[in-house]
Amino acid sequence: MPPLKKLLAKAGPFLGLLLVIALFSIPAETREFFLTYNNFKIIFTQTVLVAIGALGMTLIIVSGGIDLSVGSIIALTSVVGALLIQHGWGPVPVLLTVVAAGGLIGLLNGAAIAGLRMTPFIITLGTLGVARGAAKWLADNQTVNYDTSPINGWMTTADPFSRALPAGVWVALGLAILTALLLRNTVFGRHIFALGSNEATARLCGIPTARLKVSIYALAGCFFGLAGLFQLSRLRQGDPTVAVGLELDIIAAVIIGGASLNGGVGTVLGSMIGALIMSVLRNGSQQMGWPTYFQEIIIGLVIIVAVFLDRLRQGKAAA
Amino acid sequence: MTKPGSTDIRLRLAGIRKSFGATRALGNVSLAIAPGEVHALIGENGAGKSTLMKILSGAHAADAGTMELGGTPYLPENPHDARLKGVAMIYQELNLALHLSAQENILLGAESARLGWVDRRASRARARAALEQLGHASLDLDRRAGEFSIAEQQIIEIARALLIQPQVLIMDEPTSSLTRADTEKLFATIGRLRSAGVSVIYISHFLEECRRIADRYTVLKDGETVGGGEMKEASLDHLVTLMTGREVKDLYPRTPRAPGRVLLEAKAAASAPRLRQATLQVRAGEIFGLAGLIGAGRTDLLRALFGLDALDAGEVCILDAASHPARPRDRWAQGVGFLSENRKEEGLMLNQSIADNLTLAKLGAYGRFGWVHGARQRAAARRWIGELRVKCRDAAQPIGQLSGGNQQKVALARLLEHPARIFLLDEPTRGIDVGSKAQIYQLVSELAAAGKAVVVVSSYLPELLGLCDTIGVMCRGELAATRPRAEWDEASLLRVATGSV
Repeated sequence: MPPLKKLLAKAGPFLGLLLVIALFSIPAETREFFLTYNNFKIIFTQTVLVAIGALGMTLIIVSGGIDLSVGSIIALTSVVGALLIQHGWGPVPVLLTVVAAGGLIGLLNGAAIAGLRMTPFIITLGTLGVARGAAKWLADNQTVNYDTSPINGWMTTADPFSRALPAGVWVALGLAILTALLLRNTVFGRHIFALGSNEATARLCGIPTARLKVSIYALAGCFFGLAGLFQLSRLRQGDPTVAVGLELDIIAAVIIGGASLNGGVGTVLGSMIGALIMSVLRNGSQQMGWPTYFQEIIIGLVIIVAVFLDRLRQGKAAA
Repeated sequence: MTKPGSTDIRLRLAGIRKSFGATRALGNVSLAIAPGEVHALIGENGAGKSTLMKILSGAHAADAGTMELGGTPYLPENPHDARLKGVAMIYQELNLALHLSAQENILLGAESARLGWVDRRASRARARAALEQLGHASLDLDRRAGEFSIAEQQIIEIARALLIQPQVLIMDEPTSSLTRADTEKLFATIGRLRSAGVSVIYISHFLEECRRIADRYTVLKDGETVGGGEMKEASLDHLVTLMTGREVKDLYPRTPRAPGRVLLEAKAAASAPRLRQATLQVRAGEIFGLAGLIGAGRTDLLRALFGLDALDAGEVCILDAASHPARPRDRWAQGVGFLSENRKEEGLMLNQSIADNLTLAKLGAYGRFGWVHGARQRAAARRWIGELRVKCRDAAQPIGQLSGGNQQKVALARLLEHPARIFLLDEPTRGIDVGSKAQIYQLVSELAAAGKAVVVVSSYLPELLGLCDTIGVMCRGELAATRPRAEWDEASLLRVATGSV
């Protein structure tokens, strides 16, 4: 493959991001504010939830699975966090407990998928309902309010016009780097690729596939729990009806980033760019004054176009 | 019966050539078949039989050569066109919609319909007529195809082919998954077709079958017609010599080896549903062959030895290792390696790199504390690419882009890299080119010389006879007989395999 083509193949999602940014930098309505540091601070902050969710989802999709219960897990863990703050827990114990709660739900998802040998789609579709119901039950079907907590400050900066980025952005960035290394350079990560590429081969080569699946969903659950905590931080209350359908945004980010729903293909960098593309589209559309239904249509089309272009690119690369 | 050259030729091929890129699949193939003739097409894997059949059935176009059907030029555009022109094909893998009824399957794509509305009565009559021609008028047309036995499903396929009154019917390995009794029924069916004037091209690896059913034969080797004639004038040896084109011993190198201690032992091992009972011992420096028909439990035995399937009874012992637990990862740790018969579905991760495929069974060894150094993986891969002369761009190339032979070398290199001391090889030369085959024979023989224990499953008897020191034959889930190679020949192996001792 010639170097230019290779570069194009590698940088595909990144070029997509630049294209979307360029698109909103041209119109007169948005030119003034769109390309400013402050706007990108907003975009980054708005991306945190989807980005952290997409980290977990990347592990799952590369392994050949899917998780539809993310939105519900985020709602449930944010309610759990709010209840714990109500009971006077400090931020660190709340953080650890919420992440562990997410991990536990993921563990149950993984155990059901591996143990009952059922497809992830069905199991997590079930969990989607169960976790959402549990969140409403725990919250007594209303929002869980509390006075205040240091957690509230994790998605903002003390001075909204300062150049500093909120903690959540740094956490997402740090975790992205760690997850990328995990996926690329560890035995665990390479086994995830093997599982997604060909489960029979993985079994043949002595990889404990059942245990691996449980670990993947549990680890991804930890990410979803953490996303729940940042959801709580943003809303400053536990809302059991929040993040409905967020799993679809997260899956879309991973797919736009070049992962294949068939498994065995995907990168953390791609997924992060995918998450950013969606945020930039939302942010730009808002500034253009487009109604939300119009944004939904655009994002829907972008998913289809992105995956289609990706397939063209891969087809050409293979030839 | 009519001889070629006479005016009464149904199908005539002359000078057919076909290349795929730089690979020549067919060099110069000629074939002539009379009406009502059963013509056996014989050749090793990779000899070009399937390419020729794909050209005949319209799936590929020939690069050069002429085809005539009933005296007029025959140039099918696609398989559907070929069917309309009177050439129907029955593939080795049955192509039935298992959820539809027998009748719907027979009429698939040729439904009797008026304005898109299926005419059930006319459909039934046509399906019934096709079955009657086959002598299976009593087959229940309303049952779902999936509920029939394999043999009955094949009848449904043949009935579908007969629906359009074909002049030529091609059957590719029709008996590979049939029992002996069902094979007899199939032969009766073929006899009936012959009497009805249908020309049948019969492709099979089972030479005895070909000798029984066929009137004439053509042998393909490396994409060329190397022989042909009246079947009753051809001896088995003559056919084999034509197919291989060389003395059998040339292909199979024999290294000096001295069998040592027993490395692998199975005691009355059984694993539902197909492995009923197997007892064997394999020594260091020994190549142990497993013969038997497809479905006789050979693969099941290897899988049970390797811990991929659980044992229901009996025991598997590996020298200097505990018997339990016996999962694949424990077997790898004990120095046992398994080569799957199914490269694409089980053996390899096709969209992953050569390096990833080669090192998957021991990733932890390319770094410390769970870290994997990609450079070390690739270095290991490069070593084997050089050693086994794998044709590829580099170690990072996705393995799906390699040829079958080169894929198989990488799959084998996984066992060598581990390194294994017991090699379980399931059909190690299936579907690969002659050059890679010879190389794999050489390699296996060197492994034995180096004191490894090797178990080889193969459907190709000359390969087992040439390569192995000991051969066991499986029949209906049991390891029926185990003897030194010198005490076997093709006929005796076949007799035990078919249970006709």
